[in-house]
Amino acid sequence: MGEGTGDSTGEMLRRVGGDTPLLEVRHVTKRFGSFTANDSVSLKIMPGEIHALLGENGAGKSTLVKIIYGSLQPNSGGIFWKGRPVTVGSPAEARALGVGMVFQHFSLFEAMTVAENIALALPNCRATGELSDTIARVSANYGLPLDPNAHIADLSVGERQRVEIVRCLLQNPELIIMDEPTSVLTPQEADQLFVTLRRLAAEGCAILYISHRLEEVRALCHHATIMRRAKVVAETDPARETVNTLAQLMVGNEITRVVRERGKLGPEAILLKGLTQVSQEAFGVSLKDIDLSVRAGEIVAIAGIAGNGQKELFDALSGEEPLEKEDMVIFAGEAAGLMDINERRLLGAAFVPEERLGHGAVPALKLSENVVLTRHGTGEGIARRGFTRFGKAGRIVETVTSLFDVRKGVLDPEARSLSGGNLQKFVVGREVERTPKILIVAQPTWGVDAGAAAVIRQSLIDLSRKGAAILVISQDLDEIFEIADRIAVISRGHLSKAEDADTLTPEKVGLLMAGGAEKKGAAAA
Amino acid sequence: MMRLELVKRSEKSRLMSVLSPVVAVALTVVFAGIVFAAQGHNPLTGIWYFFLEPITSLWGVEQLITKATPLVIIALGLSVCYLSNNWNIGAEGQLTIGAIVGSILPILFPDFVNPVVLPLMLLMAMAGGALFALIPAKLKTVFGTNEILTSLMLVYCSNLFLDWMVRGPWRSPQGYNFPITVDFHEWAVLNAVDVGGIYLNLSAPIALLLVVILAVVMRSTLKGFEIRVLGQSPRAGAFAGFSNRRMTAFAFALSGALAGLAGMMVVMSEIGKLQPVISPGYGFTAIIVAFLGRLNPVGILIAGLVIASSYLGGEAIQTSLQMSSKLATVIQGVLLFFVLAADTLILYKVRLVTGREGEGAHA
Ligand SMILES: Nc1ncnc2c1ncn2[C@@H]1O[C@H](COP(=O)(O)OP(=O)(O)OP(=O)(O)O)[C@@H](O)[C@H]1O
Ligand SMILES: [Mg+2]
Repeated sequence: MGEGTGDSTGEMLRRVGGDTPLLEVRHVTKRFGSFTANDSVSLKIMPGEIHALLGENGAGKSTLVKIIYGSLQPNSGGIFWKGRPVTVGSPAEARALGVGMVFQHFSLFEAMTVAENIALALPNCRATGELSDTIARVSANYGLPLDPNAHIADLSVGERQRVEIVRCLLQNPELIIMDEPTSVLTPQEADQLFVTLRRLAAEGCAILYISHRLEEVRALCHHATIMRRAKVVAETDPARETVNTLAQLMVGNEITRVVRERGKLGPEAILLKGLTQVSQEAFGVSLKDIDLSVRAGEIVAIAGIAGNGQKELFDALSGEEPLEKEDMVIFAGEAAGLMDINERRLLGAAFVPEERLGHGAVPALKLSENVVLTRHGTGEGIARRGFTRFGKAGRIVETVTSLFDVRKGVLDPEARSLSGGNLQKFVVGREVERTPKILIVAQPTWGVDAGAAAVIRQSLIDLSRKGAAILVISQDLDEIFEIADRIAVISRGHLSKAEDADTLTPEKVGLLMAGGAEKKGAAAA
Repeated sequence: MMRLELVKRSEKSRLMSVLSPVVAVALTVVFAGIVFAAQGHNPLTGIWYFFLEPITSLWGVEQLITKATPLVIIALGLSVCYLSNNWNIGAEGQLTIGAIVGSILPILFPDFVNPVVLPLMLLMAMAGGALFALIPAKLKTVFGTNEILTSLMLVYCSNLFLDWMVRGPWRSPQGYNFPITVDFHEWAVLNAVDVGGIYLNLSAPIALLLVVILAVVMRSTLKGFEIRVLGQSPRAGAFAGFSNRRMTAFAFALSGALAGLAGMMVVMSEIGKLQPVISPGYGFTAIIVAFLGRLNPVGILIAGLVIASSYLGGEAIQTSLQMSSKLATVIQGVLLFFVLAADTLILYKVRLVTGREGEGAHA
């Protein structure tokens, strides 16, 4: 690390010329059953260009890039690589062409190490010491620090993404597709990534960049293609647009602003007293003497860089990792430290983990079944005398769908067929719809579009003003300052004192995130 | 140049998940025909004798049901294991230990003769099979050992234990030194009754009942939901408040109990005593049945009948074509092979790639 970020980025922003597009997509149409996810979509990417692909949740962005990467086949239309028509039958063929991809939902094997996962993606390559050295070098070079011998299971989402990016870089691609790479990164990490991306672009590598963060798109991208409801609706130079005009192009109307008024505070609903837990995992973070209280009617946010104990804190709060003492976690006045997750839910608590596929939802199960997943033990009668009532769960799906505008092709689809943002709306909505007294939510708006993010954030604020205590674990400082009443920072398992959001600035929080929460000296610097 | 390629489907093919067992059975029949031809028989005659002739008589149907019953019962238990990601390969051993434990009553207490002996034996057999199955389960959850290996190795332990029992402590004094136990008394055997010309005992209706129960459990109970969730996504299962360790114990105990039950009923109906070999490999064949039946209770019922017919077919070709009945085992193995291969079609489709296209993509 330690490298400065002082490159003159303006220079690099200039477009690297070239006449033939590196990649051209012509009139691609993709249907899932009767649902059209891409409707005659066309797109041109020049060498060395950072090209943004924008659009609301479910617009068809991921579908389009999966077609380019060969993991989906179009129903009609063609792909041209350097002017020549190609069929990309599989990701292996795409990689052979020189196309790399970082997926929205990661494709890593949890039981294997970083090096082993990377070796799997490289043709004829084994996880040797040499590969580990290469990984360490490339990752340090591009500002993406990684331990090649760490197990994926022990990594946070942000760290897993670094693995995906490094894996992609090792294949020397000419086009890198990034599906929402920054939604899980902190501003500092994101800045670091932009330095990497600009450097890659300057070296002639093109980048197809999907993001819901319009600020960064404006700063980073040379060109933008905007999709809405499966079609391309506009092309523009994002630097000439404002965040608002871009958002309007995407959503088609204006985005409502989140309103937050001071709520009436009730009793302490979440109380953590000396929460200490030694991590059992090789690369896990131990939680060190964490104190925190959240009162009914307020939202407290925990900011921090991925991998500083957020995952461990969430698991300790949800009861997925058993604690030593019962009074380390107190929910609604009851010592809950030794309770399992459903006993805690019965106390009125609800949980939204950061990883929505595989943790918050089972990919191959229908949405109604995924409602049963978290609500069968909450005393609402979704499971009665050992029998599940999928009908009742189905009605909850309908309510959540309409409250949070979850877009889906059929009435009750499998979770994995939802677009990333729509699944996120569902997993948050599933818990909010229950009107819990306590809500613990990690990355509530990971990957949702600006409009939907506003809806989710407003729903959290409204829930708290109705008397719920809400703890938000997030890396998104904009989000934190938009919704939090108080803010604490987690760093290497230590939690700073929660302070009034009005007395803090993003800069100060950013400094605490970078290590100041544990070292007083750094905060003064 | 042309070649075939597998292309991943974006979604599981519904049609193929129904069709793939049919494809597998069809390919197996073709394979059997080739084997018959290679042995100098008319393939059609061979196929007739192997697959069809056995079930043209009432007696054949009776045999079919008798053989299918233990397969179905064991496969039901195994399906719960496999759905929840627990790889119990040792049903044959659980069957054996179950039968031994259940046989304690008629062998050690031959004077305890009354109607409760029958249900007691079945319950004891289930308990024995369940406890024996808990050994690999505990080894897995406590020490992280691979349950495939441990459960398989325990099969050999249990078979040797049975062998020793019938040659040593439990050998019948009236058995002329044969390795057999005393004959079970009247309340320790299952008697067959005439059902429209077919003689059946209690075990077939029990198997049917179990099919119905498991179908209901998997479809609409929380337990069935738990089994599916933990099998697909352990992390999401933990988030739902389900415990992987408890599920491992539950799945092994359940399948052990059903294997024990099946073993006991085989002994009680067909043999009437213990002897060194009590099962023609039902516990292993049930693995094929479970997969051929798509780990689905009704599918398992059908698959059990299909596989059972191969046992009969083996005997039939032995008498009519003088071929080895071992061909039945070959056919079962080949069938499992084709089932697993055909399953690929659920997730992948086959595409014919001509040379030019392929080059384009690799250029
Ligand atoms: N395998 C599938 N089966 C059925 N429908 C699907 C499948 N994959 C995607 N869809 C549907 O296609 C639409 C587009 O999905 P896609 O993932 O491309 O959206 P997106 O633009 O990437 O959205 P997001 O910003 O939320 O990630 C969604 O409505 C989704 O439900
Ligand atoms: Mg997407």
